Amino acid sequence: MKLLVSPSPHLHSGDSIEKNMYGVIIALIPAFICSILFFGTGAIIVTLTSVLACLFFEYIIQKYLLRQQPTIFDGSAFLTGVLLAFNVPSNLPVWIIIIGALVAIGIGKMSFGGLGCNIFNPALVGRVFLLISFPVQMTTWPLAQGFAGSYTDAQTGATPLALLKEAVKTGQSVNDLLVADTFIGYKEMFLGHMGGSLGEVAAWALLIGFAYMLIRKIITWHIPVTIFATVIVFSGILHLCNPDQFAGPLFHLLSGGMMLGAIFMATDYVTSPMSHKGMFIFGAGIGILTVVIRVFGAYPEGMSFAILIMNAFTPLINRYCKPTRFA
Amino acid sequence: MLKTFRIGGVHPPENKLSANGKIIVLTLPEQVIIPLSQHIGAPATPIVQKGDTVKAGQLIAQATGFVSANIHSSVSGTIVAIDNVTDAAGLSKPAITIKVEGDEWENGIDRTEKIEHNIALSQEEIIKAIAAAGIVGMGGATFPTQVKLTPPPGNKAEFLIINGVECEPYLTSDHRIMLEKAEEIIIGVQILMKAIGVKKAIIGIENNKKDAIAHLQQIADKTPEIEICPLKVKYPQGGEKQLIQATTGRTVPSGALPIAVGAVVQNAGTALAVYEAVMKHKPLIERVVTVTGKSVKNPGNYLCRIGTPVSKLLEAAGGIPEDTAKVIGGGPMMGRTMLNIDSPVMKGTSGILLISDKEARRSPVRNCIRCSKCVSVCPMGLEPYLLAKLATFNLLERLEEEKVMDCIECGSCSFTCPSARPLLDYIRLGKTRTGAMLRNRKK
Repeated sequence: MKLLVSPSPHLHSGDSIEKNMYGVIIALIPAFICSILFFGTGAIIVTLTSVLACLFFEYIIQKYLLRQQPTIFDGSAFLTGVLLAFNVPSNLPVWIIIIGALVAIGIGKMSFGGLGCNIFNPALVGRVFLLISFPVQMTTWPLAQGFAGSYTDAQTGATPLALLKEAVKTGQSVNDLLVADTFIGYKEMFLGHMGGSLGEVAAWALLIGFAYMLIRKIITWHIPVTIFATVIVFSGILHLCNPDQFAGPLFHLLSGGMMLGAIFMATDYVTSPMSHKGMFIFGAGIGILTVVIRVFGAYPEGMSFAILIMNAFTPLINRYCKPTRFA
Repeated sequence: MLKTFRIGGVHPPENKLSANGKIIVLTLPEQVIIPLSQHIGAPATPIVQKGDTVKAGQLIAQATGFVSANIHSSVSGTIVAIDNVTDAAGLSKPAITIKVEGDEWENGIDRTEKIEHNIALSQEEIIKAIAAAGIVGMGGATFPTQVKLTPPPGNKAEFLIINGVECEPYLTSDHRIMLEKAEEIIIGVQILMKAIGVKKAIIGIENNKKDAIAHLQQIADKTPEIEICPLKVKYPQGGEKQLIQATTGRTVPSGALPIAVGAVVQNAGTALAVYEAVMKHKPLIERVVTVTGKSVKNPGNYLCRIGTPVSKLLEAAGGIPEDTAKVIGGGPMMGRTMLNIDSPVMKGTSGILLISDKEARRSPVRNCIRCSKCVSVCPMGLEPYLLAKLATFNLLERLEEEKVMDCIECGSCSFTCPSARPLLDYIRLGKTRTGAMLRNRKK
C-alpha cells in the first residue's frame, strides 16, 4: 500500500485567494447596483471596460513578459478592475480607462512581481495616475440622474467636496453652505444621490458590503473603524474651532471616497499592515491625512493620496508593530 | 461566558466520529513490539534476554537516568528479539519483540474493577510508584511523569491542571475514559495532588464533551478541591500554556515552564494511569486508542496493549479503506504520518487517524498575499508569515528576535493560510536551526 508522508497539520481550512477576492467582489455588488441605478449605462460600460482591461493586461504581462502561468482567475485582477472603475467618473472615455488599467496592473502590481508583492494599492495607482494625467475628464462628475442617465452626454456638476473647496476659496461660510437650500442634505448624501466616482456615492451600499465582509471574516474591523474614528475626531475638532471654515464629521464621512476608500481600498491585504496595532496606526494615518488634504490641500478629495502615502509606510509599520505576544 | 485562552486559535471541523463508541477491549495480538524509547529522554535499558519468558506487567527495561521511563511487558510470552525495528517514521529504533502466549499477569496486580479510594502512600512513595510504573504524559508529549511531579528547586506548585481538553479533531480516547473511568480519574487526580502537594486541581474540558463534564462534575461534587472547568471549543486549547491561561488566567512567560506560574499540567489519561499504578499496582501497559477517519468502517475507541501493531487496530476497525492516503499517529493537526503500519502502539499513541485521498489533497502553494490571517490565528502571538520568510533566508538572529522558539507547532497558521503555504514546515526548520544556534551559544 502506498502511504503519503507529510509534516503536520494534515487539515486545511479550505480558505483560498479566490474565496477572499471574489468575496470582496460580492461585497461590492450592492454599490454596483446603486451606481447603475444612479448613473445608468455609463457605470456598466466603465466597470466592464476596466475589468476586462485589467484581466487582459495581467494575462499578457504574466504570459509574455514574466513567462509565468497566468493566474487571471484568482480574482485579484478582477477586483483591481472593479475598484479602479469605482474610483472614476461614470462618463470617463473608454481609452482613458484602458490606460488606467495598464498603469494599475502593469506599474501598480506586475512591476513589483505580481500578487502579494506590490507596495501600493494597484487600483489607486491607476486612479491617481489618471487624476494627474487627465484632470479635466477625471473631475467632471456626472450627476446621479437615474438609470436613464447618458454615458456620452451626461449632465455634470460639482461634488459636495468640490462645492466645499470652492466655498472656502471664495471666502463663503461653510456653515451657511451646509444649511442652504442648494445643499443636498446628509440623507441624500447617505443614499448616494450626489455627483462623484461611480462606486463611491452610496454610503449605505458600501456599509452593507462592509458587514458582509466582516461576517465572512474576509477583513477585520480595525482599519475602517480606525479611519472613521480618526476622521470624526479630527474633523470634529476643526469644526468646533471654526464652523465657518471647516465642515463637520458627518460631512466628511459621507462625502467623496471616504466609505469606498476606508472599507475597500485601505483594507487591501497586500498593502496594509499585518498586526492590529499596525492597523490602528495605518488607519489613523489615513484618517488624518485625508482630512488634512481635504481641508488644507489643493485637491478637494484626499482619500486616494492618504491611502497611497500610508501604503508606503506599511513595511515600516510591520517592522515595528508586533502583534500582542502570548507572554 | 465559557473560559478560553486569549489570543488566536482556529476552529477546525470537530469530526468526533467515535464519541459515542464505548471502549472496546482489543483481542491480544500474536506478537507485540515494545520500543525502548516511548518517552522523551534516554531510552530504557533492557534487563531481559532473548528467550526469556515474561508475564504481563513485568519490568523488561529500566529507566536510564532521571529523564527516562521504565518499560514493562504488556503481554505474557517469550522474548523473541531485542533488536532494532523500523518505527512508524521509518527510522530504526531498539525494541523488544515478544511472542504472545496466554495472558498471565505479574503477581500483585489488581485487575478487578473494584474502586480503591484510600490513598495510603506518602508523597515520596507515590512518586516512586509512578516512576516504577513507567508512566509518561499520555497526551502525546510522553514526558516522564515523575520528572514533572518533581519541580525544580525554588519553584512551588499551587495548582494541578488536568488536561481533558482533547482539542484535536477526531480524537475521543480522553473523552471516553472521562465518561467510563471518571471515578478512577478523580482518584488519580487526588493522588497527583498529594504527589505535588497542592490543595487545588482544575480539570479543563472543552464544551463539546458535555456528557463528560456533567459526569465528572457529579463525582467531583464530593471533592471541593477539584474544580471541573468547561472551556469554549477552540484549537489549540490542549497546548499546555493555552490551557493554563484558559483555566487560571495566568500566563506562562516566554521560555519558562508551567511551574513558573505555579502550575503542573497532566493529561486525563495520565491521571487514570496514575490511579492504576498507585492503587492497583498496574504499570502502564495498555491504553485507549481512537481509531478513526471518515472512510473507516467502525470508528471506535480500543483498549489495547502497548506494542500492539497498528495494523491490528485497523483490522478491528473494519480494515483499511480503499481511499486511504495517510495513516496518522495522533490527531490531524499535530499527529505524525506513519510510513509503517506494522509499527506498534506506544504510550503516547492517543489515536490512529486515516485520511482519505480527497482530504489529503492540497491546493498548490501560491504567493503570500499578506492577508494577516496567520498572525491573527497564532495562539502565541507570533507572525508566522515572517518567521517562514526569515527561515527561508536562514536569518537565525532575526528569528530569535521574533520569538521563533515560542512556537508550539500547533499548525493553526498552515491550516488557515488561503495561499496554502506550508508555513509551519518553514518555521520548524527555522526553529530547529535557531535552537541549535542557541545551544552552541551557551557552550
